[in-house]
Amino acid sequence: MPKRMDIEKILVVGSGPIIIGQAAEFDYAGTQACQALKEEGYTVILTNSNPATIMTDETTADRVYIEPLTKEFIASIIRRERPDGIIATLGGQTGLNLVMELYDSGLLEEMNIELLGTRMDAIKKAEDREAFRSLMHELKEPVAESDIIHSVEEAEAFVSQIGYPVIVRPAYTLGGTGGGMADSEAELRDITASGLDASPVNQCLVEKSIAGFKEIEYEVMRDKKDQAIVVCNMENIDPVGIHTGDSIVTAPSQTLTDTEYQLLRNASLRIIRALGIEGGCNVQCAIDPDSEQYYIIEVNPRVSRSSALASKATGYPIAKLSAKIAAGYTLDELTNPITKTTSAAFEPSLDYVVTKWPRFPFDKFDSANRKLGSQMKATGEVMALGRTLLESLLKAVRSAEIDCFHLLPPEALFGEELKEKILAQDDERLLYVAEGLRQGVSPEEIHLWTGIDYFYLWELERMVDIEKALRDKTRLVEAKKEGFTTKAVSWFSGIPEKELEVIYSENNVRPVFKMVDTCAGESASSTPYFYSTYEEENEASPSGKKSILVLGSGPIRIGQGIEFDYATVHTVRAIRDAGYEAIVINNNPETVSTDFELSDRLYFEPLTEEDVLHVVENEKPEGVFVQFGGQTALNLAARLEQEGIPILGTTQKQLDTCEDRDKFEAAMNKHGIPQPPGKTIFSTSEAMKTAADIGYPVLLRPSYVLGGRAMQIIYHPDELLDYMEKAVKVSRDHPVLIDRYITGQEMEVDAVCDGETVVIPGIMEHIERAGVHSGDSTAVYPPQHASEKLKQKVIDYTIRLAEGLDVRGLMNIQFVASGEELYVIEVNPRSSRTVPFLSKMTGMNMAQAAAKAVLGQSLASQGYTTGCLPEPDDVAVKVPVFSFRKLRSVDITLGPEMKSTGEVLGRDKTFEKALYKGLTAAGMTVPETGNVLFTIADCDKQEALRHARRFHSLGFGIYATPGTAAFFENNGLPAVTIYKLGEKSPDLLQVIKEGTCGMIINTLEPGGRPARDGFRIRREAVERGIVCHTSLDTTGALLQVMESRQFALEPVRGKAGVLQ
Amino acid sequence: MSTGYIVFETGEIFEGEWIGAEVETSGEVVFNTGMTGYQEMITDPSYKGQILTYSYPLIGNYGANGIDNESGSPSVQGVLTGESCLDYCHFEAVGGFSDYLQQHGVPGLTGVDTRAVVKAVRSRPTVRAVITKNPDTVSFEETEFPDGESLVPSVSVSEPHHTSGGSPHVVLMDYGHKHSIYHALIDAGCSVTVMPYNSSAEAVRGVNPDGVLFSNGPGDPMDLEEQFENIRSITKDYPSLGICLGHQLIALAYGASSEKMLFGHRGSNHPVKYLPDGSVHMTSQNHGYVISENSLDSTPFQPTFINVNDKSVEGMKHKELPVETVQFHPEAHPGPSDTHFIFQSFIEALTTGGRKPCTTASL
Repeated sequence: MPKRMDIEKILVVGSGPIIIGQAAEFDYAGTQACQALKEEGYTVILTNSNPATIMTDETTADRVYIEPLTKEFIASIIRRERPDGIIATLGGQTGLNLVMELYDSGLLEEMNIELLGTRMDAIKKAEDREAFRSLMHELKEPVAESDIIHSVEEAEAFVSQIGYPVIVRPAYTLGGTGGGMADSEAELRDITASGLDASPVNQCLVEKSIAGFKEIEYEVMRDKKDQAIVVCNMENIDPVGIHTGDSIVTAPSQTLTDTEYQLLRNASLRIIRALGIEGGCNVQCAIDPDSEQYYIIEVNPRVSRSSALASKATGYPIAKLSAKIAAGYTLDELTNPITKTTSAAFEPSLDYVVTKWPRFPFDKFDSANRKLGSQMKATGEVMALGRTLLESLLKAVRSAEIDCFHLLPPEALFGEELKEKILAQDDERLLYVAEGLRQGVSPEEIHLWTGIDYFYLWELERMVDIEKALRDKTRLVEAKKEGFTTKAVSWFSGIPEKELEVIYSENNVRPVFKMVDTCAGESASSTPYFYSTYEEENEASPSGKKSILVLGSGPIRIGQGIEFDYATVHTVRAIRDAGYEAIVINNNPETVSTDFELSDRLYFEPLTEEDVLHVVENEKPEGVFVQFGGQTALNLAARLEQEGIPILGTTQKQLDTCEDRDKFEAAMNKHGIPQPPGKTIFSTSEAMKTAADIGYPVLLRPSYVLGGRAMQIIYHPDELLDYMEKAVKVSRDHPVLIDRYITGQEMEVDAVCDGETVVIPGIMEHIERAGVHSGDSTAVYPPQHASEKLKQKVIDYTIRLAEGLDVRGLMNIQFVASGEELYVIEVNPRSSRTVPFLSKMTGMNMAQAAAKAVLGQSLASQGYTTGCLPEPDDVAVKVPVFSFRKLRSVDITLGPEMKSTGEVLGRDKTFEKALYKGLTAAGMTVPETGNVLFTIADCDKQEALRHARRFHSLGFGIYATPGTAAFFENNGLPAVTIYKLGEKSPDLLQVIKEGTCGMIINTLEPGGRPARDGFRIRREAVERGIVCHTSLDTTGALLQVMESRQFALEPVRGKAGVLQ
Repeated sequence: MSTGYIVFETGEIFEGEWIGAEVETSGEVVFNTGMTGYQEMITDPSYKGQILTYSYPLIGNYGANGIDNESGSPSVQGVLTGESCLDYCHFEAVGGFSDYLQQHGVPGLTGVDTRAVVKAVRSRPTVRAVITKNPDTVSFEETEFPDGESLVPSVSVSEPHHTSGGSPHVVLMDYGHKHSIYHALIDAGCSVTVMPYNSSAEAVRGVNPDGVLFSNGPGDPMDLEEQFENIRSITKDYPSLGICLGHQLIALAYGASSEKMLFGHRGSNHPVKYLPDGSVHMTSQNHGYVISENSLDSTPFQPTFINVNDKSVEGMKHKELPVETVQFHPEAHPGPSDTHFIFQSFIEALTTGGRKPCTTASL
């Protein structure tokens, strides 16, 4: 059966902004799917709110709508486009839920739109807990029994049927407080009683515990002919109990016999057949390490993070083939895109070991609870391939960019402390497990503490044995072959790296590169997808053509998101257009840049100096691009240049000028560009003196950091002392930058330069005043406030800086305007977070233009002249998106430290409409009526009053804490006083819990430590989905939107005095 | 551990560390791409006379157990692995992989670039090689390789062996059968008589079976030319199922011809298409010879299954008699059991006594 001829136009729904649990994998899936459908000749309509994606490029689909992913907006798109079919299973949970909503609303039926791929009844059966459970019973597939109980007696009665141990989870409590595992009746009574007490609805879920079971996933596919295959199975090193997204995962499974492998394979296939899945699906299972008893944990009837991982782990493109299946093909009609000679109806065979290592945002959130459990906390992940588990695992840990070049713990812990750390089940557990073995803790004990299978512990023990031998300066060569870096060998042996390099070179110890081909070498293939290992045959012999290397950006994390992958992808395209071979090194399995079809050669490798140099040695490229891969790539520039590899575009020297405070200041002075007074300091005493000289408030940040880590605004010398002692490790090698903090309008530009022409696609204005990290600010293009004169100044400074710093390629500059005075606060001669946003809004593909310019096609010859591109008629707003709901105990207050995980775009004819779309796309429901709670710092009260008045005239009730309420009342604005926690009724928590207030405006005393009350309020608001603003600027903008949506309600001849 | 080498007749030499028994060996080098089931593979008698290369680099992770043997002891001449796991962990394990090899006198090399071996093997139809400690002294003229004609006799039972179960009664013609075939029959309630590969038609009639299953086994099917007439005679009298070598023998007995494949099918991921309805199934395979498609034209057989990738014959049925055969392994172990229905329909056909085509059971 060939493809469907009765449909022409297909709507693909994307997954929206990057949030924890839903990252770049859906850009990869969506991009592949759109391309797959387009090559079949369908008209593809795509909708997604995330501008920082390849899928929202105009070339990905026939028409791309960057609009909020809400039922209302999609319905308008559907009415306008009238597609024949819609695909629900490629846009993550967001896309799936949205299409379910559309289906339930009857719109799809009304418009005669067919749901392609997996059908709605299958989706619902998999998604609905009860329906799924009864299907599993029907199929006799075991599921961990669970029940909702309302009393201790009910709990006891239920557990008497299912047996111990059980997990008790109270409903609707913060961070699952009050729950726990019960192993006996006494424990059950205790835990259930406290759980019921903690639960506001007096209910708990009691579930048979399968903690400690091996967690195994199967990525499966099925077509309409009921043909079903397993693409990949994966085993979590962390047993059941830690979300699979937060677990360290290997592929294929390492500890299952063939009987067990087939047992779970058969179960997975039975389930997707019974569900009637058409396309990709993920089945999670748990199997007892001591018997063949297994349970089905969950089924995801769609492509997922795991399917992206499985696609990269095997080379089998699940999303692409799912799209083809949705279009009517069956598996046997499709060709395996890797071998190009064999069928897609087969199961990939691996001849390497894959390890996935999650990347967490805890470096940004000191206060976050690092304990891992059922709620996913990772923002991204890396994948590594090796011919042994150890090689693969060691590559994974150094790919994660968590300051680990080996499985070494960040802190030296011993004895009980070490044990506690391992028992804490946090993101660093495996590092301390290795350390435990190193200190002589037995694998038996560690197994008892963690449940990690002995297979993995023994592999780690083997690693520790090698480390011991290295201390005696033996097994130097063997260590390399086991996957140790030269740096690690040097660390343990004490032999300098340079000496080791000589030894290795004399002994011809260097890696070869093996191909990923889906078939373990059985059929010849020519996939340009490689990984390194220490064996004999090198399969990646250079093609002889001139090539350019592009370094990717590694795992998605706060401060370095999908935007950099977007730039990487476009650079690769530009390189190929320019007639060179494009070689990519990256390690993020979620992204488009690691799709082996994108580049001429893909090396799936850690982005460390050593690993990158090995690839360079093999490929001998003409040059390397580092400016598109974010800080990860930039950090490698110096070493690459030392090794004589030309850095393309802006030179290392110029990069250094921008990073080195003193050189930068000299350059700024030379070109006559003002910047806030500041200095680089190397000690605490120097910091105190400098701050006194330039005056408080000051902005402090360590040099060479990502996304403003440990950056802070400081108002008093006491605070400064505290910061210098606790927050940073200041030293000769790690200086701290200190600047005068200027309050004002922040502005940002991205520019492309080639040494002759400087093109500024556009100027952006931030809604939040300086002090909020630019990544967390709402950016508006074109500017709504800046005067022509100021904009001219921005353009002028940008051109001067680009020329003065001799920037070749991309640059990003951040300004702060205080009145008509303009200061430069930061210059980054590289790709930035705003490149995709600005590229899409101005129509100038900046990354491609920059790459082409660097490769010799001047901007002039591309048709550009120096200056700023004309502003459009409409307005675009980039709104940050946060994952606070997933990260308990993190304060949501915005500041110089970046906290957002993703972004969305709102675009319309007016600023208000654009912002409305942006806020809606970011998940905020703009309230139309209700009460607004103000709890405001003294210095902000005057400004807050203006906002409160506007809310009042929109018909909102004003709630305020005592001080703020008194201030409002004194100024003639009626306000209901809400008391601090535990003081008097109604208190803050009450109005939040009871839902009587729909929005909270909360500002902090400058420099004040966040009060516990304030923190509690903000967290409660997050948990309950109540809008909470910590910046009055955001509130002001929101008011503008609300006012624009309402008709003015002014009484005839209203008393102006009241409203002013 | 000492260093060992595998020397190919074609000149390539690969180095590794010696595991298992300290004996030198020789044989045809083959590879299997399955990622699990290493114990099942080495105990599959079809590997008799061969040196097995595991393409998956980690072998021995879950040790060796008393359950997964496909025959009494390993049949391979030797093994090549990327990494042989010394410490194993599994609740069923009774020993380590290397120890298991040693106990059974099987040598092996680990630390070998098995992917390079696979690529060297896949480019030629037969690669003979020697595992040795002294690569310089290897002489292929003087090396004794396992004799093709002795392979099946060495892995077949020498006396009939009967297991009483229920009905029907199946004779398992043993060319080196995998235990899983026997268990598939027993688990379905059959009585089974395992009979030597050279049992005469009369001997088969003598035990009065309801049907006959021709098993898998090692080597070139033409080495058993002497048995063809017997096989033809048995299949005329009894509903029959042929698996792997059994399939080839039945085809040859009726006048088809076989050929050596470039590198065989050995793995757990081979897609076959069932021609009557076009459905594709994942199968476990282990064969180096194949029935030439065109040669079936002159026989009363028609193909039922073909390989999705190279279109080779994967199964056939007699146009009139209830005789069906498959080139793949419906008994799995290792590999997927997606085609287990082959057994069900064979047994069903025996119990109903009819000539129902075997493979129309629920797919």
